[in-house]
Amino acid sequence: MKTKQKAAAPAATANAPVLRGRDRKYIFKMKVKKYAISIIRALLLFGLCFMIIQPMLIRLATSLMVESDLYDSTIVLLPRNVTLDNYRIVAELTDLKTIGGSWTLRSLLNTLWTSLLVSVCQVLACTLVGYGFARYDFPLKKFWFGCVVLLIIVPPQTIQTALYMQFAAFDVLGIIRALFGHPLNLRTSILPYVLMSLTCMGLKDGLYIYMLRQYFRGIPKSLEEAAYVDGCSTLRTFGEIMLPDAVPTIASCFLFSFVWQWTDLFYSRNFLSGYSIYSVQLSSIVSRMSRYFNAGSDVAQVVPNARQQQLIFVGVLICCIPLIILYCFTQRTFVESIAMSGSKE
Amino acid sequence: MSKKNKNFDRNRWGLRESVLTFIPGSSVYGTMRSRQARHGVLFILPFILGFLIFMVRPLVTSLMMSMSNVTLMPGEGYNMAPVGFTNYSNALGVDPYFNQYLVEEVGRMAVNAIATLVMSFVIAVILNQNFRGRTLARAIFFLPVILASGVLPGIESQNEFYDMMAGVAESVGSASGVNISASLRNLLSISGIGSGVFDVLFEMIDAIYDIVMASGIQIIVFLSGLQAISPSLYEAADVEGCSAWEAFWKITFPMVSPLLLVNTIYTIIDFFMKNDNRVMERINEVMYSKFDFGGASAMSWIYFGVAILFIAISSFIITKGVHYYED
Repeated sequence: MKTKQKAAAPAATANAPVLRGRDRKYIFKMKVKKYAISIIRALLLFGLCFMIIQPMLIRLATSLMVESDLYDSTIVLLPRNVTLDNYRIVAELTDLKTIGGSWTLRSLLNTLWTSLLVSVCQVLACTLVGYGFARYDFPLKKFWFGCVVLLIIVPPQTIQTALYMQFAAFDVLGIIRALFGHPLNLRTSILPYVLMSLTCMGLKDGLYIYMLRQYFRGIPKSLEEAAYVDGCSTLRTFGEIMLPDAVPTIASCFLFSFVWQWTDLFYSRNFLSGYSIYSVQLSSIVSRMSRYFNAGSDVAQVVPNARQQQLIFVGVLICCIPLIILYCFTQRTFVESIAMSGSKE
Repeated sequence: MSKKNKNFDRNRWGLRESVLTFIPGSSVYGTMRSRQARHGVLFILPFILGFLIFMVRPLVTSLMMSMSNVTLMPGEGYNMAPVGFTNYSNALGVDPYFNQYLVEEVGRMAVNAIATLVMSFVIAVILNQNFRGRTLARAIFFLPVILASGVLPGIESQNEFYDMMAGVAESVGSASGVNISASLRNLLSISGIGSGVFDVLFEMIDAIYDIVMASGIQIIVFLSGLQAISPSLYEAADVEGCSAWEAFWKITFPMVSPLLLVNTIYTIIDFFMKNDNRVMERINEVMYSKFDFGGASAMSWIYFGVAILFIAISSFIITKGVHYYED
């Protein structure tokens, strides 16, 4: 369709003086069609984009309202009395600030370093595994890759309880029992999750392996063979020839891993219970509200629903804003890697 | 790997050769092929270890749990008494909610998955065209990958207020006629056209926010497929007098359809693992409020089985219907 319009446009300018009625009608029709299409497209895209953005805008506006603004039916979107007090309350509720004390940002900082640590481990392991699957031929390769697909498909909830209990009394083949005399209780430490990330069993690791494998498969074999012929060892080939080219893909895997770990609830709740993690704090914010607001008084008050919702909005915003800022700067990296993994099998 | 040896087929590993590859001093140990194989295995070793320790073992435990009556012992231990398939029949027959939620969620999933695929394909086609602000539009459509992940989508619907507001909005809308889809549905049912198909269609339209929020990755995958189509195909079609509509169905759609499989699987898995899934909520409830670990495991296995079944059926249909181009 596009090519047709482009073909019609230069023809129109070249023949402009000797246009006959029929030609002019045709060109007019094409022009109308072109504008109609772009207007419809613009409307459609605007509508859909608005739908994605609008909840964030509403959250932002609501988060700045004073409580009385919530019940004022003349206020729809813009707050009448702007306040940042809600942020302070949510910060106190989600362990970002001690009550009446200073801003420690504890849960966000914990989330930050755990997410960084976990995603570095994940990406490290997945790069190695993805490279192994893409560039080497070994027995049972199909079987193991089938296991990667299985990893993508199995909902972690299926093995949740079993894993939980496994880590309550952690032991591999009796080795740990032999060393320490008793199985270790690793439930409150970050160690199990780091171990899982290092062995590709963390959040969405199957997907990262798949993405990296797709990337490494695309590299021409001759590059590697040339390196071998020149006497380059396997590790050096990997480190000096393959890795530098793979940096964009690895970076985007890292970003995905980081962002998903940041918002993740399931793994954080199960494996990082010893730390105060923001997403876990956020998930139980409602139950902590009534205690917070009734702290000083004897009469138990019910926190109004609208107020609860407002504070949830604030909590969600605190969680999202760092990610959105990150996304603004790294948008290109995000999009390109997925484009790569989608390319043909 | 580059070494040619006529004794064995280059791309297959026989049992004997596979074993000998890992035995130092054996006849094939020193060959390039087996050295490469050992390096390959070393590279994927983290995965193999992790899979065995953190996936197979818990899977087996969980399977055993689902077939036994688990009682927590004081302290850290637990006790399992095998009961056969009682937990499964309980989950399906006795539990008042699980059955109903499962059917509802699967139905919702089927409708939403189809809608997500169609929607993401249409959006990808639009985003592939040239227009001003394309980068911005792409960035916005990809934003849901962040905004609809993890704790975020479920957290707001936990609140009763949310349900209340949704209820109010619905009743206000249907009363004043502001709700377009509801009034259209009324109109259709009055004129006698309203039927099951339309109900499904309206369900999709009402869920459009969820659908757009769930289609970030799919859009990008389709987009990459669209960009891989060579423009010369369209030029040839244009020269032959092919209309845009025909070009879409004869070129665009077949060329992108192999990606349909990846996207379908991704969409189905995504829906099955959502935080705000009621089946998941029910499983958690059984596990943490009733401490019925056996029952919860059985439920999650049923759920997993349904997911696998869905993925298998859709992969089968798609691979039958899709034409793969070799290039």
